[in-house]
Amino acid sequence: MVEIRWHSRAGQGAVSGAKGLGDVVATTGKEVQAFALYGSAKRGAALRAYNRISDEQIFNHAKFMHPDFVLVIDPALAFSDSITENEKDETKYIITTHLSKEELIAGIPELQGKEDRVFTLDCVQISLDTIGRSMPNSPMLGAFVKMSGMFELDYFLENMKRVLSKFPQKIIDANMDAITRAYNEVK
Amino acid sequence: MAEKYDLQDREVWDGNFAASQALRQAQVDVVAAYPITPSTPIVENYGSYVANGYIDGEFVMVESEHAAMSGCIGASAAGGRVSTATSSQGFALMAEVLYQASGMRLPIVLNVVNRALASPLNVRGDHADMYLGRDSGWIQVGAFNAQEAYDLALCAFKIGENHDVRLPVMVHQDGFITSHTAQNVYPLTDEIAYNFIGDFKAVDDMLDFSRPVTYGAQTEEDWHFEHKAKQHKALMDSRPIIDEVFSEFEKLTGRKYNRVESYNMEDADVAIVALGTTVETARVAAEQLRKDEGIKAGVVAIRCFRPFPFDEVRNALENTKCVAVTDRSSPGGAMGAFYNEVSAALYTTANRPLVTNFIYGLGGRDFSIEEAKRIFTEQQAHADAGHITTDIQQFSGLRGPHLGFFQTKRG
Repeated sequence: MVEIRWHSRAGQGAVSGAKGLGDVVATTGKEVQAFALYGSAKRGAALRAYNRISDEQIFNHAKFMHPDFVLVIDPALAFSDSITENEKDETKYIITTHLSKEELIAGIPELQGKEDRVFTLDCVQISLDTIGRSMPNSPMLGAFVKMSGMFELDYFLENMKRVLSKFPQKIIDANMDAITRAYNEVK
Repeated sequence: MAEKYDLQDREVWDGNFAASQALRQAQVDVVAAYPITPSTPIVENYGSYVANGYIDGEFVMVESEHAAMSGCIGASAAGGRVSTATSSQGFALMAEVLYQASGMRLPIVLNVVNRALASPLNVRGDHADMYLGRDSGWIQVGAFNAQEAYDLALCAFKIGENHDVRLPVMVHQDGFITSHTAQNVYPLTDEIAYNFIGDFKAVDDMLDFSRPVTYGAQTEEDWHFEHKAKQHKALMDSRPIIDEVFSEFEKLTGRKYNRVESYNMEDADVAIVALGTTVETARVAAEQLRKDEGIKAGVVAIRCFRPFPFDEVRNALENTKCVAVTDRSSPGGAMGAFYNEVSAALYTTANRPLVTNFIYGLGGRDFSIEEAKRIFTEQQAHADAGHITTDIQQFSGLRGPHLGFFQTKRG
């Protein structure tokens, strides 16, 4: 079982990101779960979204988890939300930031000593460059594909095109660019 | 004719989407709805299927849930296949009309996405609304995940519309935990799903002008009691038909449903009895305890809340030593209603297991595997001592000091 926790603000697409990821993972024959904790949150409010991925049917419906991956798609939430909550010794962090990894960790005491498990990229800038607006969920998916090693980039892109098929071609292409760039830039 | 909908063998759907796809495949004629969180997407999707030509049906916008169920009653009495969805306050406002639907024996399918009742206002899942419907004369079946929300919605039409049943059916799923959680769902093709349910065959439809009928007549002490007795008997007699429909569904899909589901119960000493998603979380806990600590833990789940499966509950639990019955609804100054019903069944067994009551998960409070394991372990301690060693009713997952009531007089 792989468990993932997304930290996001309402409107940044963590829920769609989690559902999109679930959709693609399901095509590999795995069982998935994607859900979010937002209640009646307004745009901009902090929220968390979650994925579970397993070879067998997922029976656990609790929100509680010890995440294997923490995906932070809002730069400020890395500082203000408890992103290390319920972490394990091997929890990996992928954080969107315009800072260098060293600068980021210097500002977040909870991440110190975990340098080899923290990975960064600027999902906001990548989405501005490719999609034309701040939509950091797509780039985060590219970064996750790279760091999890769960699938080949091409396989993920092919299936993501199907998930996005109701959108105009221009938007699909922009998302593919965003995912690919993030895959190459995360470190 | 309806447009073809593009469907994969394996979809990733949340419970709401799954339920709305069942309504599409059933080709529901009329949905009268007043949307409410968290069930909104069910009727919203139905509306979009109608607008885009995927259903040859009608979406009726109304001014309240009371009007929504009233509209459904009118459409059902007129002779159509009818469904809607609601939650919480909407369900409460519908309550008066629920009794009208069942009294008139109209096979409406109501998708209830369970949510807490205010006050305080809360949009998340508990079973307060489901409990509110338990004496309303409807058949009530419960899904534990999105796949089941889809499967049971299909079964609901076939059960309710059976001419030997002719009762409305509620299909329950947990607000957010099922309704907004996307999971793998394996749908049937449109053709297989529709043929499973079959064409709607009206009984005494009001639009048959050659044979005028009256719905909702008044009866006083002369006949009201007989009507109500007949309605109760119809609910009781629906049990074998529900079993038949589940058995036909198994032949079609391999997915077997039972009015009472038992997991790891063959040799269980201790059991959790639950409704909804909690069933599956407790199953994980039972498996872990068996493997790691040798505790013979099992889970009994009520699939069919009404008619209440009194016999099957006894069969499933009579050989256990201690049973925890979990109520996800504020008991309002009593033991949990579900606890009372299970206890009543177990009181008539020779073995009479110890039975405790946990109130948990109100307003969407998380229920974890760890908490389920704690409850199992506590039941094992009661079993070892031969009597209940804690308060009989306890609150699980509550912040602040322990809250519990009543102690055993046995042992």
